[in-house]
Amino acid sequence: MSAIDMMGPPQKSGSVLGWLRRNLFSSIGNTVLTLVAAYLLWLTVPPLLNFAIFDAVWTGETREACLGEGKGACWPLVWANFGQFIYGRYPESEIWRVNIVFALGFIALVPMLIPSAPAKRFNVIFLLVVYPLIALVLLAGDRPGLPPVPTSEWGGLLVTLVVAVTGIVVSLPLGIVLALGRRSSMPAIRMLSIIFIEFWRGVPLVTVLFMASVMLPLFLPEGLSPDNLLRCLVGVALFSSAYMAEVVRGGLQAIPAGQYEAARAAGLSYWQTMGLVVLPQALRHVIPGIVNTFIGLFKDTTLVLIVGIFDVLGQVRAQLSDPTWTVPQGALTGYLFAGIVFWIFCFGMSQYSSFMERRLNAGRGR
Amino acid sequence: MGISWYNPRVRSIVYQTGVLAAVIAVVWFFTATAQENLERLNISTGFGFLDTTAGFGIIQTLIPYTEQSSYGRAFLVGLLNTLSVAVIGIVLSTMLGFVIGVARLSPNWLLAKIAAAYVEVMRNIPLLLQLFFWYFAVLRPLPGPAESIEALPGVFLSNRGLILPDPVLDAGAGMFFGALAAAAVAGFVLVRWARARQRATGQLFPALRVAAALIVVLPLLAWAIGGTPFHLEYATRGDFDFSGGVRLLPEFVALVLGLTLYTAAFIGEIVRAGIQSVDRGQGEAAAALGLKDSTTLRLVVVPQALRLIVPPLTSQILNLTKNSSLAVAIAYPDLVAVFAGTVLNQTGQAIEVIAITMAVYLTLSLATSLAMNWYNARIALRER
Repeated sequence: MSAIDMMGPPQKSGSVLGWLRRNLFSSIGNTVLTLVAAYLLWLTVPPLLNFAIFDAVWTGETREACLGEGKGACWPLVWANFGQFIYGRYPESEIWRVNIVFALGFIALVPMLIPSAPAKRFNVIFLLVVYPLIALVLLAGDRPGLPPVPTSEWGGLLVTLVVAVTGIVVSLPLGIVLALGRRSSMPAIRMLSIIFIEFWRGVPLVTVLFMASVMLPLFLPEGLSPDNLLRCLVGVALFSSAYMAEVVRGGLQAIPAGQYEAARAAGLSYWQTMGLVVLPQALRHVIPGIVNTFIGLFKDTTLVLIVGIFDVLGQVRAQLSDPTWTVPQGALTGYLFAGIVFWIFCFGMSQYSSFMERRLNAGRGR
Repeated sequence: MGISWYNPRVRSIVYQTGVLAAVIAVVWFFTATAQENLERLNISTGFGFLDTTAGFGIIQTLIPYTEQSSYGRAFLVGLLNTLSVAVIGIVLSTMLGFVIGVARLSPNWLLAKIAAAYVEVMRNIPLLLQLFFWYFAVLRPLPGPAESIEALPGVFLSNRGLILPDPVLDAGAGMFFGALAAAAVAGFVLVRWARARQRATGQLFPALRVAAALIVVLPLLAWAIGGTPFHLEYATRGDFDFSGGVRLLPEFVALVLGLTLYTAAFIGEIVRAGIQSVDRGQGEAAAALGLKDSTTLRLVVVPQALRLIVPPLTSQILNLTKNSSLAVAIAYPDLVAVFAGTVLNQTGQAIEVIAITMAVYLTLSLATSLAMNWYNARIALRER
């Protein structure tokens, strides 16, 4: 019996050429696809890079710097109005208050997001109860040493974050109550929850905001007229509660019936069963869903500009009609900037959401 | 168990009565306050205003409408504009979404990465911002009619919108479209017959190919016999405007473009998840049974993937319909812009107008979910 010659390693696998051949040029069809894709890239990426970086104007004091043939993005427009994009028309002498609110929120949020950080319970209570109160006092003022700042002067990223954070702070508890109501054995409570949830999920946010700004004042007693931002916050909070309720319901459905039965057998009451056994498990399951709802809410905050409140996008848009910075590429520059801001926030959150998803599934993988 | 607090029946009735009473009290309070306010402000209630003359123009009307038409007519115009954007958006975004979802799973590295980048960019930027971008930064700064861009023969892009050639029917039209309809019906019957025969006898018949051939050949025959079915009338470019052709407003183009590109990113993710969820063993088993790749895809992979795709696809379709209300921000005359915007401002009938608008969206949502639930029930897994 003669030995067969040993086979060499498959040719070119592992080398760059082999990789190219396998992933890009494995067949005629694949090659055509690669060429089409490369053409698409060539059409979009170089013009974008040229506009945003290579041909862009980076320094300058006035609009004159951005005028002229072949100039790209007018970044001085953004630098000059950066304060407005972040704080709106918040009085300059009081901006430290906004900065404290931003910093406090950041400091409290970081340990919340790190799964191994201790004292989650206190952290949650701080973020959902204490922090909103501190923020309210600091931002609105009207306390000794804090002159009042009417909400009509708030704007930019501040308003975006106020609307988004209010939405999540209200919608989380309300959504949990609604989700429990929808799974309740009491028909009246179940019906009411279903009607509430399906109503808000069936109408667009724009109509909700219209309702909040035009229709709501008619339903309140004379003399009690909350300002425009507060009315919109109510609308956004109720709207997002309905979506949050559906996310939480998904988590509740994922808890096996044995958990309920065991809790009942151990003599726990309904609220003990939910609070000690079911919700802690269900909520942990739906953290990615909650983060995704928050991303949707964060993007939806832009809609408040339709009823005359200036969030980041509203501020950018208002700036574009300012004659001191009228340049042909102004709209592109402004929307590119706003797009980058939103993208960073939303992409960051979605990466966190998928990190949590992987973490939650880690035990279940094989 | 008698009437005692420890009887769960009793407790449940007490709780429910309490909650119902609270809800009724709140509703009653708001209604009473509203009535008081309306009387104080001298606002009449009721839907009588719908018959009043509107007195404002609308830039896109699918049904005859003039400034002398009523508010009710304006409502219909807005509703049709919403529906046209929604339907076109749904069709385009579903097609693009499937392409992106499949592209993300492509063995071609470059294509998969481009699709992934597309999804990550599009779904992380607010739709309203994208609409502003398309409308204010791309379409509005386009040159006027005289310098308009001729993308294809007869297709012009300018700040007046997108101008397309107008198809005009000719003498052969009746025969042509009749042949097309006949071919479609014949193809449908043929496919059903072939399937029934295969079930009964196991014999195969290339029904799909024959049906496709019918749909191509029959209309062509009609064309040859009856003459041309239609011809395209090209728009002519003037200094200030175009004459002839079909005009799509820049607002309409921006809205359809924005909604489609945004929603397609979400649909792409749904399609990818659906396809990935089909177990690899399913494809291998089909191959082991000797099915061709295309047959495996059609009979094994797609039906199972669709089951997971349809429910979230439904909510994306609903989202697109609801998101079409962002039209108000770029002044496309949809239902919200025309009715909850202009009509509300002119009449001051806030409660009626908002109630009607919300009722329309609720009805659209309900109708879409019912249709999709019916489809979902048809393709759902039938277990023993």
